[in-house]
Amino acid sequence: MVKLEVDDLHKRYGAHEVLKGVSLKADAGDVISVIGSSGSGKSTLLRCINLLEQPNAGRIVLDGEELRLVPAKDGTLRAADRKQLQRIRSRLAMVFQHFNLWSHMTALENVIEVPVHVLGVPKKEAIERAEHYLAKVGVAHRKNAYPSHMSGGEQQRVAIARALAVEPEVMLFDEPTSALDPELVGEVLKVMRDLAQEGRTMIVVTHEMGFAREVSTHVMFLHQGLVEEEGNPREVLARPRSERLQQFLSGNLK
Amino acid sequence: MILDFSVIWENLPQFLHGVGVTLQLLFVSLAVGFVWAVPLALMRVSGSPWLNLPVWFYTYVIRGTPMLVQLFLLYYGVAQFEAVRASLFWPWLSDATFCACLAFAINTSGYTAEIIAGCLKTTPPGEIEAARAAGMSRLQMYRRILLPSALRRALPQYSNEVVMMLHATSMASLVTLADITGVARTISAQYFLPFEAYLTAGAFYLVLTFLLLQLFKAAERRWLAHLRPQRR
Repeated sequence: MVKLEVDDLHKRYGAHEVLKGVSLKADAGDVISVIGSSGSGKSTLLRCINLLEQPNAGRIVLDGEELRLVPAKDGTLRAADRKQLQRIRSRLAMVFQHFNLWSHMTALENVIEVPVHVLGVPKKEAIERAEHYLAKVGVAHRKNAYPSHMSGGEQQRVAIARALAVEPEVMLFDEPTSALDPELVGEVLKVMRDLAQEGRTMIVVTHEMGFAREVSTHVMFLHQGLVEEEGNPREVLARPRSERLQQFLSGNLK
Repeated sequence: MILDFSVIWENLPQFLHGVGVTLQLLFVSLAVGFVWAVPLALMRVSGSPWLNLPVWFYTYVIRGTPMLVQLFLLYYGVAQFEAVRASLFWPWLSDATFCACLAFAINTSGYTAEIIAGCLKTTPPGEIEAARAAGMSRLQMYRRILLPSALRRALPQYSNEVVMMLHATSMASLVTLADITGVARTISAQYFLPFEAYLTAGAFYLVLTFLLLQLFKAAERRWLAHLRPQRR
C-alpha cells in the first residue's frame, strides 16, 4: 500500500535549481534514507513534502489524497486549500535537526500540544498517550523538564515522542542527529531503529551511513538536485555504480 | 534643621487615601493599556503595511511626546472645543480621573505594544516552523505558541514599564487628583513643609515599587522557569 508519493518535484531559488525533478514512493513500513552531500537538495526535498518550502512543480499524494496546489505569483506552488494542507501536515510528523521543541512548554506539554489543540484528542487521553511515547523513547523521567534543561539527545527524543503522539502516517526526519554531540547520536539512532522495526513509514534525511545501510529499506542518493542512484541499501552502498556515490561514500567511510 | 513629621503622622489617612488613588490609576491604565497593546503588537508584526504602518505611527507619536503633554492635551486641550463639550462623552472627558486613566492607558499601550512586538519578532523561527509542520492554523500558532512565548519573555521589560507607569501616575496631581503626589502637594502648601511632605511621598513610591517588583519576581519564577539556568 502506497503511503506517500512524491512526483517530479522541482524547486528553484531564483536562478538556482535545487531540485530538478525528484520522485519518491513510500509503501507502508518503508524506511527511505535520503543521502547526499550538503547542497544536494535532500533537506529541501523533505521540506517540500509538507510545504515548509513551496516547490515550483510536482505532486504530493498522502495515502491516496493529493495535496491540491495552485501556482502563486512568484511561480511557486501554494496549497489551494489551507484546511487540507493543515490536515495533511498533521498526518506527516516532522523531526528537525535542531529539535524545535516549544521552549516555554515542558516535555509533556510539548507532546500533548498537537493532539489536544490540532487533533482534538481529549486531554486526559493525550496525556496517557504522551506518557506512553515518552517512556518508549526513554525520557519519561524528564516529562516535567523544559527543553533548555535537557541534553540534545533528550530533546531530540522528546521531539520524536511529539511526532509519534499524532500517530502519523509518515514520519519525516530532517538530519535528526546532525546537531548532537557524538556520544548522544547513538541514543537517538536506537530510538529510530526501534521505530523502523515496528513498521513505521519513515523518510530520513541523514548522514549516518550505518543507519542508512542497516535500518532503511531503500536508499536514495541525491546529487545536484537529482536522484543519482537508489535502491536496496545493502547493494547500493556496497557496490555503488555511479562515480559520484563512490566519491561520496569514500569520504564517509566509517 | 529640624524635621517635623508630626504633621505627616496626623495626615497619614490622607496619604493612605492617596495610595489608593495612585493604585487605582495605575491598575486601570495598565489593564486597559495591556488589553489594547496585544492587538496593536500583533498588527505591528504583521507583514501587511496596512496593519503595521498605522501602529508604527501610533507608537512613534506616543513614545515621541512627553506623557505630560498628552495628559494636558486630553484634559485641558480637548475641552476647548464646543463640539466636545456638547457631546455624549463630556461627562467622562470633564472628569479628571477618567482623563488621567485614558491618557496613561494610551501611553502605556504604545510602549507595551513595542515590547510585545519585539518579543514576538524574536520567537525562535524553528518553533514557528514546528507549529506549521504540525498542521496548526495561523490563529492556533498565535494563541498557543507565539503569544504565550512572547508574553513570558516580555515580563522583565514589562516590569520596567509598570514601575515607570507607577511613577508617571504622579502627573495626575497636575490635573487636580489627590494621588500620593497630590496629597503631598496639598500638605506641603498647607503647612509649608515641602521636604517632609515629598519625602513621605517618595517613601510610599519606594515601598510600592518594591512590592511590584516582588510580584514580578514571583511571576518570572512561575512563567520564565524555562529560561532560568538549572540548579544541578
